[in-house]
Amino acid sequence: MTFKMPSRLGLAGIAAGLLFALCLSFIAFDVAFAEMAAAAAPEPAAAAAAEPTVNKGDTAWMLSATVLVLLMTIPGLALFYGGLVRSKNMLSVLMWVFYSVCIVTIIWVLFGYSMAFTGGSTPFVGGFSKAFLSGVTTDSKAATYTVGANIPELLYICFQMTFAAITPALIVGSMVERMKFSAMALFLPLWVIIVYFPIAHMVWYWAGPDAIDAAAKAVAAAADGAAKTAAEAKLAEVTADAGLIFQWGAIDFAGGTVVHINAGIAGIVGALLVGKRIGFGKDLMPPHSLTMNMIGASLLWVGWFGFNAGSNLEASGGAVLAMTNTFVATAGAALAWMFVEWMAKGKPSLLGAVTGAVAGLVAVTPASGYAGPMGAIVLGIIAGIVCYVFCSGVKNAFGYDDSLDVFGVHCIGGIIGAILTGILVNPALGGTGIMDYATGKIADYDMVTQLIAQFKAVGMTLVWSGVGTLIILKVIDVIIGLRPTIDSEREGLDLTDHGERAYNM
Amino acid sequence: MKIVMAVIKPFKLDEVRDALTAVGVHGLTVTEVKGYGRQKGHTEIYRGTEYAVNFLPKVKIEVAVDTGQVEKVVEAITTAAKTGQIGDGKIFVIPLDHAVRIRTGEADVAAL
Repeated sequence: MTFKMPSRLGLAGIAAGLLFALCLSFIAFDVAFAEMAAAAAPEPAAAAAAEPTVNKGDTAWMLSATVLVLLMTIPGLALFYGGLVRSKNMLSVLMWVFYSVCIVTIIWVLFGYSMAFTGGSTPFVGGFSKAFLSGVTTDSKAATYTVGANIPELLYICFQMTFAAITPALIVGSMVERMKFSAMALFLPLWVIIVYFPIAHMVWYWAGPDAIDAAAKAVAAAADGAAKTAAEAKLAEVTADAGLIFQWGAIDFAGGTVVHINAGIAGIVGALLVGKRIGFGKDLMPPHSLTMNMIGASLLWVGWFGFNAGSNLEASGGAVLAMTNTFVATAGAALAWMFVEWMAKGKPSLLGAVTGAVAGLVAVTPASGYAGPMGAIVLGIIAGIVCYVFCSGVKNAFGYDDSLDVFGVHCIGGIIGAILTGILVNPALGGTGIMDYATGKIADYDMVTQLIAQFKAVGMTLVWSGVGTLIILKVIDVIIGLRPTIDSEREGLDLTDHGERAYNM
Repeated sequence: MKIVMAVIKPFKLDEVRDALTAVGVHGLTVTEVKGYGRQKGHTEIYRGTEYAVNFLPKVKIEVAVDTGQVEKVVEAITTAAKTGQIGDGKIFVIPLDHAVRIRTGEADVAAL
């Protein structure tokens, strides 16, 4: 299909016009949705429980956690990935990651949060009741994991926004050095809408402990048969007001499935579709700066405390447990990779140690608020070893160009984490067990039941993300193509896509 | 006039420079280069991907000398740059037609 491209000025004019029209429509929609939301407001809940409160300690912690997660992406992930590519492509990696944060931030507040964290007509994805953050004010509250304790909803929105921003940024590592910026610029927003929002909804959306507790108390307080039946129906309705994977009983504290398996499978699909880099297997392509890589990995580890401990949503014991696990699992994984590599290849490498650390961080993500610290160490060691095998043995055996090991670290690490979370949550193994808010007690743990739920979660994520990514990339390939020209790829994306050099030395 | 070009091991640069000053050479040009001869490269491993690196970092020195000085200069460099190990490097002597000092316009031997 050929068409005459408007001049650059024309394109800029069209873009500006579209942006202006979009802004005008924001205001119109905001007003319209607010009216719709007000009209559709549910009946006030039976006054069984006191209104949840927001405290400054939780709010202060979550503000910090949010910023820590942003730090993970910029510059943590940017440098972690950037240091591994050739210097002629460093800037393009930085740009992809930075752009991911910016574009997802906007989409998140426009309708992403609504798609992920409101109830929808299906358990796959939410609705648009909070599009344009309609109805959300500085007084609005969001639930935590403790009945009666809330945090400001805007804060929850920002916190989750940083998760939505880092997930697509993780994928890009599998397609570095040979994908056009225009294709990536289209891919990231489409992916986050079609793949990320639904998966976040399926795994994390629920009515919240306050609603469940209130409904359960209403059942207990119900006097006669008819009232009890009605109260029980209400409780069932509230419990069913959750994402599909959440309803399966699968647990994922901070995003092992939502972020890592999701990005990991998307990465391998992307790597296979985009194809190998020119000269892969023949040309020398060593990392141009392992110093930057290590700085990035360190920022990732530090920021990850916001990711895991922040997922507790309160400044309480759960956060402290998540922090502890984030320390020990990471250290265990780094050492495991380092020693295995030392034995297998003769030298322990820094790249191996930091990659092992990241693998441990990935694996402990779903387990951070559920496992005990000793279990977390074991988890880390297993993740370090298995991911090492995938990143060297398996990758070389199959010969695919997953350049920055998005699959080997994030998908495999995430799967290990997801499965082992189902085991380590067992109170007998030092885990916290899973709270049942309807009864107010820790639910009985059955390993088989829990593992089945975890496997289903992994499977659903792999399928939804894998297929979704495949379709999106294929469509983009047809519209504008994925790869730059051979000459552009040889010259380096920094110059050809961005007209800049990362280094002018 | 000749240009004496020597490719040597990088850590020998200071020793060679001192030796050249001792024989009366007061200027030289240094370039960082890569090369190989009989000294083989090494293997680098990055997360399971192995690279055979055949080029080794070296330093190239170029000095313009009067023909009569060439032997002294070559001997000075050889003595200073030698370690006895493979990879010490090589010296090339190349004819030089014309030389000019830019500041004063002095030519040929007066410019050296």
